Amino acid sequence: MATLILAEHDDAHLNEATAKTLTAALALGQPVDVLVAGQNAKAVADAAAQLTGVRSVLLADGESLANRRAEPLADLIVSLAGQYDAIVVPGTSTGKNVAPRVAALLDVMQISEITKVVSPDTFERPIYAGNAIETVQSSDKTRVITVRIAAFPAAAAGGNAPVETIAAPGDSGLSSFVGADLSVSDRPELASAKVIVSGGRALGSAEKFQEVIAPLADQLKAAIGASRAAVDSGYAPNDWQVGQTGKVVAPDLYIAIGISGAIQHLAGMKDSKVIVAINKDGDAPIFQVADYGLVDDLFTVVPALTKALAN
Amino acid sequence: MKILVPVKRVVDTNVKIRVKADGTGVDLANVKMSMNPFDEIAVEEALRLKEAGKATEVVVVSIGTDKSAETLRTGLAMGADRAILVKTDAASVEPLAVAKLLKAVIANEAPGLVILGKQAIDDDSNQTGQMLAALLGWPQATFASKVALGDSSVDVTREVDGGLETLRLKLPAIVTTDLRLNEPRYASLPNIMKAKKKPLDETSPETLGVDASPRLTVLKTVEPTGRTAGVKLGTVDELVAKLKQAGVL
Ligand SMILES: Cc1cc2nc3c(=O)[nH]c(=O)nc-3n(C[C@H](O)[C@H](O)[C@H](O)COP(=O)(O)OP(=O)(O)OC[C@H]3O[C@@H](n4cnc5c(N)ncnc54)[C@H](O)[C@@H]3O)c2cc1C
Ligand SMILES: Nc1ncnc2c1ncn2[C@@H]1O[C@H](COP(=O)(O)O)[C@@H](O)[C@H]1O
Repeated sequence: MATLILAEHDDAHLNEATAKTLTAALALGQPVDVLVAGQNAKAVADAAAQLTGVRSVLLADGESLANRRAEPLADLIVSLAGQYDAIVVPGTSTGKNVAPRVAALLDVMQISEITKVVSPDTFERPIYAGNAIETVQSSDKTRVITVRIAAFPAAAAGGNAPVETIAAPGDSGLSSFVGADLSVSDRPELASAKVIVSGGRALGSAEKFQEVIAPLADQLKAAIGASRAAVDSGYAPNDWQVGQTGKVVAPDLYIAIGISGAIQHLAGMKDSKVIVAINKDGDAPIFQVADYGLVDDLFTVVPALTKALAN
Repeated sequence: MKILVPVKRVVDTNVKIRVKADGTGVDLANVKMSMNPFDEIAVEEALRLKEAGKATEVVVVSIGTDKSAETLRTGLAMGADRAILVKTDAASVEPLAVAKLLKAVIANEAPGLVILGKQAIDDDSNQTGQMLAALLGWPQATFASKVALGDSSVDVTREVDGGLETLRLKLPAIVTTDLRLNEPRYASLPNIMKAKKKPLDETSPETLGVDASPRLTVLKTVEPTGRTAGVKLGTVDELVAKLKQAGVL
């Protein structure tokens, strides 16, 4: 049969998580269709059609799908499920929200956050905050899978798949969208950034966080991340949190500043290519995963590093 | 209104787990176990709603072996009114089966709101709440950082990838908690004593008429390929040189 993937987007732009999910889906060895569910999302469907390896794009466009609420979105996916033996969804907040709803409606057990496709019914996935890797085999007729985005490279552009319009589902009225408070930033997105500069509790205030972290991030054209302690203390917004329960990232370069390296934080960044730790405590666990460490006061070292890079 | 809170017994979050050398799983012998941290937050939220006069009763439910009774007692000591143990001998029960069992419990209990954790920190599945909502045909709001309960609806602010969003759900509804929803209380000694006398009912998958058999087979469990500690450098200039060498600048 075939595989259906759910596109990640905001109605205007196709998110790179889609191309990464596509790579995982193609490893199942079947033709892959992409579902774009949204409102006024034609541009997104056209962008999805250009990903190499896509058989066709299904565009469901309507009011009920505007904010990708779980109830109408799950109904839509379930209505298509008969034509697919695998439904592969990005492990984004939208994907994690809707996929288990789909799985339960299909009476199948979801396989969460896969990091590797071993065979079409067998996958690797991290458990215990990434401290163990489980290989699981599914016996369900339809496999519903979410993908750990950081674990797969993005599929290339260069395709030209047809876009087919399908009906948007009705709205049961069980839920409604009240509003959103989304961060706007010119920086690269955390999930797909090549370089991430991350700050912890040691920054001490939102002002210091900005004053110390932002110039280094500017210099490196980096995204900014944070530990849970920094987010909880209000130094950084929630969508910057890296870790077991925040975002999982794997950039080329991750610079951890004033972060101790709790297992829950490591779970979100230990697959980065190169890790740098700046911490005044030489015994901090972050140094056990860091390629390069500076044992020093961040308030002197980070401005010095920013300056050295500018030269 | 009654609030139901499913709580799971898991390895304590401060334990560094060990994978068994033969690949058969994680070594849980003599390891400290606790209530899943997100479930503590769920219990706390339910208690606050009760204390604010918006809920009348808080019932905690756990699916697991007799040991899960300890976790339920923790919930009772925090302030929950009653507990239900769905007892199984299985080492673990998959989220789909947990959701089916909870649905059966809900048929008897008829809560107006169910608050779960967003994920169990052992299996890291992040599924059960969404599955339960699907099976019941109820609306869902996952990853909650704020819950405002009204008479016939609940407004939930959710932590999403780009920031925050707020949904309004018709009751009855499912909410799953994120870390910043609240800070859970500790149970005081007198409350721990009182909890011993609170009702804890037992039932089973058979009594509830639910097939809880697994759909996934775990073929093996291994340690992740570890990183080794690198080098500590003396100066910023050395660091810049190393990063250039590594090709990441
Ligand atoms: C269920 C659960 C889920 C969690 N999920 C996450 C998650 O997703 N992400 C996450 O990050 N955490 C998570 N945590 C929290 C985690 O356990 C840690 O509490 C948190 O990561 C600590 O943040 P931190 O390293 O910034 O703070 P601390 O642990 O307080 O570390 C601060 C560090 O800064 C150093 N320092 C202090 N001053 C200076 C200075 N002037 N110069 C240089 N260094 C300095 C100190 O030596 C210390 O190592 C979770 C916890 C639980 C229970
Ligand atoms: N065995 C269980 N008993 C009670 N509640 C559970 C159980 N398993 C999962 N849950 C609930 O479902 C949430 C999400 O778990 P999971 O889907 O396994 O990540 C947990 O935070 C609990 O609230």
